[in-house]
Amino acid sequence: MQVDHPPPVSSPLARAADPGHVVLNIGPSHPATHGTIQIIVEIDGETVRRADVHCGYLHRGFEKEAEHHTYHNVIPYTDRLNYCSALNNNFAYAEAVEKLLGIELTPRCIWLRTLLAEYNRIADHVTCVAASVMEMGAMTAFLYLMTVRDYIFEHLNHLTGARLTYSFVRIGGLARDLPDGWLERLEEILQFCERYLERIHGLLDRNGIFIGRTRDIARLTPEHALNWGFTGPILRSTGMAWDLRKEMPYLAYGELDFDVPTGIKGDNYDRYYVRMCEIDESISMVRQCVRKLPGGPVTVADPRVVLPEKPLVYSEIESLIHHFKLVTEGVQVPAGEVYVAHESPNGELGFYLVSDGSGRPYKLHVRAPSFIHVGGMHTMLEGYEVADVVPTFGSINMIGGECDR
Amino acid sequence: MTPVDERIITALEGRFTRAADSFGTLLLEIERERLLEVVARLRHEFGFALFLDVTAVDRPGRTPRFDVVYHFLSPAERKRVRLTLGVSADDPTVPTLTGVYGAARFMEREAHEMYGIRFTDNDDLRPILLYEGFTGHPLRKDYAIDREQPTVPYRK
Repeated sequence: MQVDHPPPVSSPLARAADPGHVVLNIGPSHPATHGTIQIIVEIDGETVRRADVHCGYLHRGFEKEAEHHTYHNVIPYTDRLNYCSALNNNFAYAEAVEKLLGIELTPRCIWLRTLLAEYNRIADHVTCVAASVMEMGAMTAFLYLMTVRDYIFEHLNHLTGARLTYSFVRIGGLARDLPDGWLERLEEILQFCERYLERIHGLLDRNGIFIGRTRDIARLTPEHALNWGFTGPILRSTGMAWDLRKEMPYLAYGELDFDVPTGIKGDNYDRYYVRMCEIDESISMVRQCVRKLPGGPVTVADPRVVLPEKPLVYSEIESLIHHFKLVTEGVQVPAGEVYVAHESPNGELGFYLVSDGSGRPYKLHVRAPSFIHVGGMHTMLEGYEVADVVPTFGSINMIGGECDR
Repeated sequence: MTPVDERIITALEGRFTRAADSFGTLLLEIERERLLEVVARLRHEFGFALFLDVTAVDRPGRTPRFDVVYHFLSPAERKRVRLTLGVSADDPTVPTLTGVYGAARFMEREAHEMYGIRFTDNDDLRPILLYEGFTGHPLRKDYAIDREQPTVPYRK
């Protein structure tokens, strides 16, 4: 370890407990730590004996910022949690606020949010698989998957105006309805995605190198996963079919037909396979949403949360004042507290919101799945080899923005 | 209140000071001394296998000043429980849950640095999102949002 500059947080592994062991530092700035994370391992030959994981390099005070912004102004901050699937964060946050306000969404908004959440989940899983196989040398698979991801991002850009940080949700609805031709292009991209996913299966599923580096590496039992708070694909890879979309449905998931893919061994290979199967399920769910998408407005007609129309703001004093109050003071959310959790691509994403009745959150805490997964990651590294650190880290899909908040 | 809520409330009768339904989550207000007992019973009798979250709410001017807030999930019952307990600013200590749930390790470190809640018997309360040498607890309400910290040595 470098000794000139002490690390921000001292590690008990700074010196090896056993003189025959070596302490190796990986990160925080390392090509394989996509995201900023530091992993300190004590190795005995090639075997990791103990691991100490440090996060926090991307901390930007999300919760403190949220307490100083109006409810609508917090939305761009939620984009930057899991920036590979910003819409999922947007919707979970908005639902927390809407629950306190007692707002019932319009049917079109519910179905559109479901559609977009699943669409963004495809992009997130694709990114995770792409990054983790690239680190094992699978450049072709990486480029194929990045192509898919870019088609999705360009398409979402057409809808929201941004490739990653969409800020597309509004309290009580969405920023706008779909542009013309968006659903037709969506079907084209889904078919393109399916064609490319077939190639990925062909490249990886029975690839000897890929299997050698992922099969039986970082195995988890369901009990172990639950003890360390793992949710999402990591928990399902152990064989436990726990999915909030199925077990505690929200949005329109109760009316969708889908399976919950699970693994058998809970190893890196199963985590890859569960994510690939979930992409298939998401594609099917997006298509179901397109078929069932009802008409009508996307935003509730509730003057407590929705800005008056611009022509009225310029022509009548009541609307002008209403607009002014909503923008400067924010949406007035009744006092109370609520915990809302959505099945984000990484697992249970929870927002714990406390309101004191004003226009700003009194407290907004995020239960970030990445943070909790990183908290249990050392148990997946210990006992395996140094070369397994990178594939295991990739299979966790730690997103710095979400982990460090 | 659902049947699950009622079973939990009956089983834990006398061990909480208030029970309520909070948007589908069962809220139980307890005293600090009861925490380990209540958590163990929730885990073993109702299958609350997932420790979701621990954080605190700072309410200056109220006694006790802090609420420590826990969330648990029972996959078997499809139920979430929120436990809250008040601790004072003079003695912001609560027992650690690291002996019950592995996941408590990181989350307690975060609550410790952000609010100064001390988790007794947790031997690893190093900073996690912040760094060593950071003074104060940034999520306390009396920590100004624009307060600056001195530059750490390696940034000078």
